[in-house]
Amino acid sequence: MGKIILEAANITKRFGGLTALSDVSFAIEQGQIFGLIGPNGAGKTTMFNVLTGLYQHDEGTVTFNGEVLNGITPDRIAGLGVARTFQNIRLFSNLSALENVMIGRHVRTRANVWGAITRNRATLAEEAAIESRARELLDFVNVGSRANELAKHLSYGDQRRLEIARALATDPKVLALDEPAAGMNATEKLALRKLIESIRAQGITILLIEHDVKLVMGLCDRIGVLDYGKKIADGLPGDVQRDPKVIEAYLGASMEEPA
Amino acid sequence: MQYATFLPENLRKHPAVMWGGMAMIAIALAALPFVLAMGGMTWVRITNFAILFVFLSLGLNIVVGFAGLLDLGYIAFYAVGAYVYALLASPHFGIHLPFWIILPIGAMVACFFGVILGTPTLKLRGDYLAIVTLGFGEIVRIFMNNLSEPINITNGPKGIATIDPIKLFGMDFGNTTRIGDFAIPGLIKYYYLLLFILIAVIVINLRLQNSRIGRAWEAIREDEMAARAMGIDTTKLKLLAFAMGASFGGIAGGVFSAIQGFISPESFTLTESVMILAMVVLGGMGNIWGVIIGAVLLSFVPEILRYTVEPAQRWMFGRQIIEAEVLRMLLFGFAMVAMMLFRPAGLLPSALRKRELAPKEE
Repeated sequence: MGKIILEAANITKRFGGLTALSDVSFAIEQGQIFGLIGPNGAGKTTMFNVLTGLYQHDEGTVTFNGEVLNGITPDRIAGLGVARTFQNIRLFSNLSALENVMIGRHVRTRANVWGAITRNRATLAEEAAIESRARELLDFVNVGSRANELAKHLSYGDQRRLEIARALATDPKVLALDEPAAGMNATEKLALRKLIESIRAQGITILLIEHDVKLVMGLCDRIGVLDYGKKIADGLPGDVQRDPKVIEAYLGASMEEPA
Repeated sequence: MQYATFLPENLRKHPAVMWGGMAMIAIALAALPFVLAMGGMTWVRITNFAILFVFLSLGLNIVVGFAGLLDLGYIAFYAVGAYVYALLASPHFGIHLPFWIILPIGAMVACFFGVILGTPTLKLRGDYLAIVTLGFGEIVRIFMNNLSEPINITNGPKGIATIDPIKLFGMDFGNTTRIGDFAIPGLIKYYYLLLFILIAVIVINLRLQNSRIGRAWEAIREDEMAARAMGIDTTKLKLLAFAMGASFGGIAGGVFSAIQGFISPESFTLTESVMILAMVVLGGMGNIWGVIIGAVLLSFVPEILRYTVEPAQRWMFGRQIIEAEVLRMLLFGFAMVAMMLFRPAGLLPSALRKRELAPKEE
């Protein structure tokens, strides 16, 4: 077993009287693609928000790279190396694709107000580096030809990939993708799968929430299944697929009529 | 890309035209006060205040236009800067520090107040933030009005008078300098000083906008949650926007104090805050050139009306029917309605605002 990079231990999150997550634990090894699945409302996105600091959980511990993330703000978590995309795309829609990715570089760059005003050599060099890295990432996700278009004018699939590029711009160790294939057609899904695999090939660990069972089963090294805020299974894709509890809660129904 | 990002593309391709144009603008700006002085020194004074308002609008533009934080109490920072200057350079306390020492102090004190306002309002947006900032502006004014007892700090509603004029490099801005037969009155000297500071402020604004910091502000305006998830410390950057905006306000206030020679809390009412916001919105939030145009228009038009409306009416009707003051409000109302109908994003909208206000294509 490899080194554990991200670990959630006994996470409980309540919203008033509703327990969205109850005692959920899982561990992600470095370099893995970890899939988090479950029926709608199972608590997957809540789990994501806990891991990336947007929600504060009530009980349990999140550990990233040996550091406890409890109570740490989202921007610092991004700084430590966890980047994410959103289920309902949250790009800076009135900025260009290039600017979106350049903003992703913020956390890895230094220029302050003084640098911005004086435009000293270091700042200019940094600006150039930000732009070239951003263009590189746009090419990587195949949006390079639309760099100067507004994010909101891109096609749905391009927007999804642009969000991935923006997240990659933060140089993450763990990339968390919240339903990246939602709304994509078969060809786009295939391209996405290749993209995710090539991101993993760069040594980036991937946490994936996805409804498309075929995609998840084919792509993931390990899968955790949530149902009503509880973890009901955790293991290799083949084992999870055969788990009677999973079949009952999710796969059995969901295979015929995808959510 | 590095230095001329704000220039239109076709100008950048023809540097000769660009520099020629710039030289003409420079000559025009240098000659302007002497031309205005022919119509009376009042016009120079009006121009000086117009420049001050441009500067205030540019400061507010950082907060409202760049970071998207609606601030209705901006005049408070102007007041703080003005009072810092007045207290440190007048017989009120008998302290007479030089201009170049007070101005940074004023900027820093205003900056501190910016942070004081910013910290508790970090979680607020839009209308809620507007209400808190509005309250803040009033609190500062009321403080100035009442800080005459038990210790007399601000001299209350009576204000502070005989504030020192600016002295720089042995030159007194309060009186006329003679070079041979050529006389340069104090107001014209202030004009050049203001113009100099204004150019610096414009350059700072342009550079901030096209920087890592400027992009982070845009990100916060677009989607704060996504900005945070991308590693942008929204707390720090919002405070930075408040602090920078406030410092500009403080500097403008200090210069105002020196030119005017007298300040009282009456100069810092909510109406002034609203006026500066109107300048920013009229010109086009987030667009530096738009904001400048908005500020110049709103500073000059009322003054022009003041001097033309009455004679025009006498000439046409033989007597005055509508007072200039009343007509001004009427025109303001018309202008507001017309703006909302025809140019909701401002006269020179920033590319960003234009996109935001445009109907969605989907």
